[in-house]
Amino acid sequence: MKLYETPPEFRVKIDKDLCTRCKRCNMQCGFGVLSYDAKEDKIVADHHKCVACHRCMVYCPQSAITIERNTHAYQDSGAWPVYLRERVYKQAATGGVLLTGMGNAAQYESIFDHLVLDACQVTNPSIDPLREPMELRTFLGSKPSSLQFETEKGEYALKTEVPPQIRLETPIMFSPMSLGAISLPVQKSLAMAAEMSGTYMNTGEGGLHKDLYPYARNIIVQVASGRFGVYDEYLKAAAGIEIKIGQGAKPGIGGHLPGEKVDDQVAATRMIPPGTDALSPAPHHDIYSIEDLRQLIFALKEAVEYSKPISVKIAAVHNVAAIACGIARAGADIIYIDGFRGSTGAAPTIIRDNVGIPIEIAIAVVDERLRREGLRNSVSLIAAGSIRSSADAAKAIALGADAVAIGTAALIAVGCRVCMKCYTGNCSWGITSQRPELYRRIDPREGAVRLANLLRAWGHEIKEILGAVGVNSIESLRGSRERLRGVGLDRETLDIIGVKPAGVGY
Amino acid sequence: MDTTAIELIDAQGVSFRELNNRIRQALARGVSSVRLANVNGQRYICCGFSVDRPVEVEIRGIPGNDLAAFMNAPITIRVRGNAQDGVANTMNDGKILIHGNAGDVLGYSMRGGRLFIRGNAGYRVGIHVKAYKDRAATIVVGGTAQDFFGEYMAGGVMAILGLGRKEGEPIIGNFLATGMHGGKIYIREHIDPRILGKEVSIFELDDSDWAELKALIDEFAADFSEDLSALKKEEFIKLEPVSARPYGRLYAY
Repeated sequence: MKLYETPPEFRVKIDKDLCTRCKRCNMQCGFGVLSYDAKEDKIVADHHKCVACHRCMVYCPQSAITIERNTHAYQDSGAWPVYLRERVYKQAATGGVLLTGMGNAAQYESIFDHLVLDACQVTNPSIDPLREPMELRTFLGSKPSSLQFETEKGEYALKTEVPPQIRLETPIMFSPMSLGAISLPVQKSLAMAAEMSGTYMNTGEGGLHKDLYPYARNIIVQVASGRFGVYDEYLKAAAGIEIKIGQGAKPGIGGHLPGEKVDDQVAATRMIPPGTDALSPAPHHDIYSIEDLRQLIFALKEAVEYSKPISVKIAAVHNVAAIACGIARAGADIIYIDGFRGSTGAAPTIIRDNVGIPIEIAIAVVDERLRREGLRNSVSLIAAGSIRSSADAAKAIALGADAVAIGTAALIAVGCRVCMKCYTGNCSWGITSQRPELYRRIDPREGAVRLANLLRAWGHEIKEILGAVGVNSIESLRGSRERLRGVGLDRETLDIIGVKPAGVGY
Repeated sequence: MDTTAIELIDAQGVSFRELNNRIRQALARGVSSVRLANVNGQRYICCGFSVDRPVEVEIRGIPGNDLAAFMNAPITIRVRGNAQDGVANTMNDGKILIHGNAGDVLGYSMRGGRLFIRGNAGYRVGIHVKAYKDRAATIVVGGTAQDFFGEYMAGGVMAILGLGRKEGEPIIGNFLATGMHGGKIYIREHIDPRILGKEVSIFELDDSDWAELKALIDEFAADFSEDLSALKKEEFIKLEPVSARPYGRLYAY
């Protein structure tokens, strides 16, 4: 057995009395933790490999398995938390950049958790969404500054040419996750759920698999720095096109999909030879300025003859408001902002946990700056990066977003345990693995139903929130920061996000 | 449908959007050749075009940025003059012949088709060009090119012929082929290895390389109606990546 420098993080306990040696757990584990020892007639565990993903526990017919945190004493040190010591051991042994998956795991306080919503009492009536119509429909795209009408035979008709829009039946979309980062059955689940729920999934920078073309009306395709899988049919099939500049989990960082994850299926979709690294350069090397971005936006508009909106996705960074204004002036129809808790299939841990700013602040400052510059109607804002519940979604919209996107929440809906080992390709749940024996565990139809259930539930909850606030459409909550109050936020943060502290009335 | 007809379009004062519409309409009528006169910086010409038969587009004047971006069609575009930046951006199929010089970021992420430049090229040429199945991006520069040639190159073929240089003028700039992890680059000169990215090495051409390069020179010469047969007797070097996984050992799992 390999010599490890640190004790295992978790311990897999198998109750010998309950265990029937059926060995199902051996097959279920994607990380090779469990095996059967014939001599001793028992299941043995290599605890070091366990990531606490629960797959074996859930699939043990006898419920004989428990996974525990391996509590081991280290000398206390306020300056040296254990995880930092263990990282140093690992890097001293390997000399490598630490990789991780999922979103920011560092201990920053969530601003969403310090925001509360308003409700009607006595002087203004609340609305019961179960009995009265409640509108969640949202259109994303550039809106004209004014509308002109004409009359024909006494009928009024819209004269203004409205730029192309994307219509959402719920203000929640699925965030970009590429084939490669996630498996094809999960992408299919997302596409089917998007169709069922009247919303959109997003290919990420991994191309559009041929099986997904039938769902293309509910798919936004990405054009990123590596231009993987980008060709005319891909652009023409989609509901919208997104230029990916940055990602909340790794602002300013490119992507390396390792060659071992590039099987025939991933290779065909990305249009690269199997087994080669798929390197996405950190910047688009044809975009070094807002003018260059404008050039790509219009190249895409020309390529699809102005038939669909163009989105630009950026990570929330210090200068996000000014950058967003530049993007709006460059002609984008949608700006997608990913906060520093946004997830990833693989990123250097040090970048994921230390770069970028919270999405709550980014939405507020971008919305404010776009309004001040008279640009707000020319772009729609999608907010993402730790939308964990319908409350987060409602708060994001009240802060100024038009819609939100969920990635981690969607993966949790199809079984993800947030073990943060996406980059290994061993996901026991088959979500982020390209190993056929693992990804076959996802039934696309079942996954789609679970995802559609989640959107339905969150949609109902948002309607309840709207009813309590006393409005009957999501439109009326959008950018309405007066309906938010801060609890336990400092004065400066409150000023920046334009929210009053709890206790202050209208 | 008359597939032998030639359409003449005067681009003087015509916006890029209108110009592309007119070219699209002409191709929809079935013409085999479109000639654009007085082109003066209109961007995106033939951007995203797809037609299912071979056609020719001749440009007189200077086309603007992103000529033939996202193009995926057997269109031959001949530019009788210089071209600007971003030619053949993410192009999938087609052939671009530029009689003069061309600017920066040429053939960015091109996956198929050919880009031949008779004169000199600017910076960042052929970044992340690729090959996939029967497609391979091919870029030939007749003169010189500047820094970052073939950066992140993932597949396909690029060649630089160094024709018409002044005394002492370098054939290529710095940071040549940094991050290259696929494909080949042919250069008609021995270069100082210090200008190379660390992911590539210099190799001698083998027989199949020579066959490929000679065919490419013949095609290039024929396209520009020149005799370049003397080139085929000169010395070339070949750059190839040392590993298809240049960053495989960078991470701790």
